[in-house]
Amino acid sequence: MSIFESRGATRRFGGLVAVDSVSFAVEQGEIFGLIGPNGAGKTTMFNLITALTPPTSGQLLFQGQNIVGKQPHQIAAMGIARTFQNIRLFGNLSALENVKVAQHTHTHANVFAGILGTPGAREEARRVEAKARELLRLVGLGESADEKAKNFSYGDQRRLEIARALALEPKLLLLDEPGAGMNPNEKGILSDLIRQIRDQFNLTIILIEHHVPLVMGLCDRIAVLNFGQLIALGKPAEVQSDPAVIDAYLGD
Amino acid sequence: MAAASIPQNPVQDFLKKPINVTLAMIAYVVVTTVAMVLISNSRQAALYPLFNMIGFTAFILSPILIISIPAPNLWRGLLLVAFVFFVVPVIGLVNTAYLELAIQISLFAGMALGLNIVVGFAGLLDLGYVAFFASGAYLWGMFTSEANTVFRQNGWTVDPANFYAFLVLGIIVAAIIGILLGSPVIRLKGDYLAIVTLGFGELIRILARNLDQPVNLTNGSQGLHSIGRPPLPDFLQSLTDGVADFFQIPLAAPGPIARQLMFYFLAIGLIGLIIVVARSLEESPIGRAWTAIREDEVAARAMGVSLVRMKLLAFATGASFGGAVGVLYAAKQTFIDPTSFGLLQSIGILVMVIVGGMGNIKGVLLGAMIITLVDQHILNNLSALIRAAVPTLPSSLDPTKYQPFIFGLLLVLMMIFRPAGLLPAARRRLELLAEREEKIEEEPKTKKVK
Ligand SMILES: Nc1ncnc2c1ncn2[C@@H]1O[C@H](COP(=O)(O)OP(=O)(O)OP(=O)(O)O)[C@@H](O)[C@H]1O
Ligand SMILES: [Mg+2]
Repeated sequence: MSIFESRGATRRFGGLVAVDSVSFAVEQGEIFGLIGPNGAGKTTMFNLITALTPPTSGQLLFQGQNIVGKQPHQIAAMGIARTFQNIRLFGNLSALENVKVAQHTHTHANVFAGILGTPGAREEARRVEAKARELLRLVGLGESADEKAKNFSYGDQRRLEIARALALEPKLLLLDEPGAGMNPNEKGILSDLIRQIRDQFNLTIILIEHHVPLVMGLCDRIAVLNFGQLIALGKPAEVQSDPAVIDAYLGD
Repeated sequence: MAAASIPQNPVQDFLKKPINVTLAMIAYVVVTTVAMVLISNSRQAALYPLFNMIGFTAFILSPILIISIPAPNLWRGLLLVAFVFFVVPVIGLVNTAYLELAIQISLFAGMALGLNIVVGFAGLLDLGYVAFFASGAYLWGMFTSEANTVFRQNGWTVDPANFYAFLVLGIIVAAIIGILLGSPVIRLKGDYLAIVTLGFGELIRILARNLDQPVNLTNGSQGLHSIGRPPLPDFLQSLTDGVADFFQIPLAAPGPIARQLMFYFLAIGLIGLIIVVARSLEESPIGRAWTAIREDEVAARAMGVSLVRMKLLAFATGASFGGAVGVLYAAKQTFIDPTSFGLLQSIGILVMVIVGGMGNIKGVLLGAMIITLVDQHILNNLSALIRAAVPTLPSSLDPTKYQPFIFGLLLVLMMIFRPAGLLPAARRRLELLAEREEKIEEEPKTKKVK
């Protein structure tokens, strides 16, 4: 069974069909690329999966279960985490607090335990803190844990988004242009990081990225969207030589 | 070079040492306390209102100063306890008007802290907060008032000794009302939420006014009088007498003063509890989730925060504080009517939160103190001063008539000069200013790279 499957997912915005009956399946442990020209519907696809935008029609299956109709926080709790193309950190919170927020679904202390400061609640607070710091170290932000997120550089903000998403302890991680705004050197480090977290946390990753070398080098398989439609799906080499893809996206 | 050229301020240097600043603080308290006694004993002086106005303001700011000084927690704690449990009560015996003011400040601070949970922590602009205050007040009022309501007619009234049980009940009832009023509006934001909550606030007031028909629940616009008061413990009476004796303070009416002291201690206890709860919530995962919602709702949801649950929790917690204060308020005033729970009260509490610094507990305490002082102390004294100087002053120019004007002016000035409040919260974005920091929506799109 595929860990994730889209069956004819469609989303209309008025007359525009941003995602047009797209079907594909992602296997456990894959790094799955989602590419296509600007406005192809890639981010919209992520919004459908994370329930921030409900699909007009079609089914989305996560671990065999249809997740259409669930609330975003339920999807997050089920194990789907994401980053945002237009960075959406909690700017006035510290990096550490940003990560802690995402651990919300894994904490059990209720209001009263929190107010009373029970040993259980304090123990949990310690665990949350340790985990958050560990994730920040993992993405290379261990030193600036207590700085406000909005003061971070562009690349650091993207890395912080990854740390925050990992705090959800997801099974499926959606990365929306994680390398945008990074220099080639940073992009290289990012590739390594993506591979490392896939292995370390046993993740399946869907990656939207415009930087073709990065996508080709990193992904096991790639899906190409154009005007909302899936025009190709396969191994990087196959996709790269597909005439339709060259025509719509890769070619000049 | 740049560092060396910073002028060294000797006063600042002196105050950096904990021992110095603590001694300075003690001196401040002693001086203002002595001043209060002297002022209280010179009520005939022409400038009495001026001294009274400035003196008490300086005096009552002490607790805020005490918690702000850079000294060890233990020292600050001891100072605070000494001030709250000894200095204020003794000054209150000297002049009961001061005790009354201290109680009023505490009650309003309690409410402001409740509203701060909703507005400051969760970022939900609630203009009908007074509804919860009213629920608590009417709960206790209906069950103990001697007004001719169905409760009295049918003997459903309760013994005032049950006050503490009702304090808990008030918390629960207000929390439930908070959830009931909150549920339908949870999806609204900003201006829309403000308008609807404003409507709910008015709704509760109108209910209080009109529910004397067909069965008399609230006694309508006549209000509920002779509301029950918790019994005065004997030890408090003898303590009051003893302390008054020791300091040779002549008490005009020992019984009522001891009772006032009881309400003062109750108000202090309640506000202490509220502060502890608000602080632990702020630092808990719940507080973090509230901040996340305030910062970016979409991201918060994607990170697993349930908007409905967290917003209702904010409404319920804020409401429960208001409800508890309402019960205490009704017992203290022994009279309530619908006019005590109008829109202006809601706005007054909101002004406290904004002026002090939304989301910052200390700031909100300061805000509650300032606004209550302006409302119940400063304007009256200003009025007395001006009247003494200009006896022919038309009553329409009396400063006390300008209370809403002053609130409005304060708000405008704050928005211009200190939009985040006098003591801004560390992690705070401005809801009211609509200065939504650009959310990088229009970031340069990355072009495909070959
Ligand atoms: N909420 C919305 N309302 C209306 N139209 C939308 C909305 N969201 C996306 N669209 C439109 O849907 C289309 C697909 O947008 P989407 O953001 O998914 O593209 P993308 O593939 O992520 O592009 P890019 O590479 O530029 O990020 C675009 O034409 C966009 O304008
Ligand atoms: Mg996009």
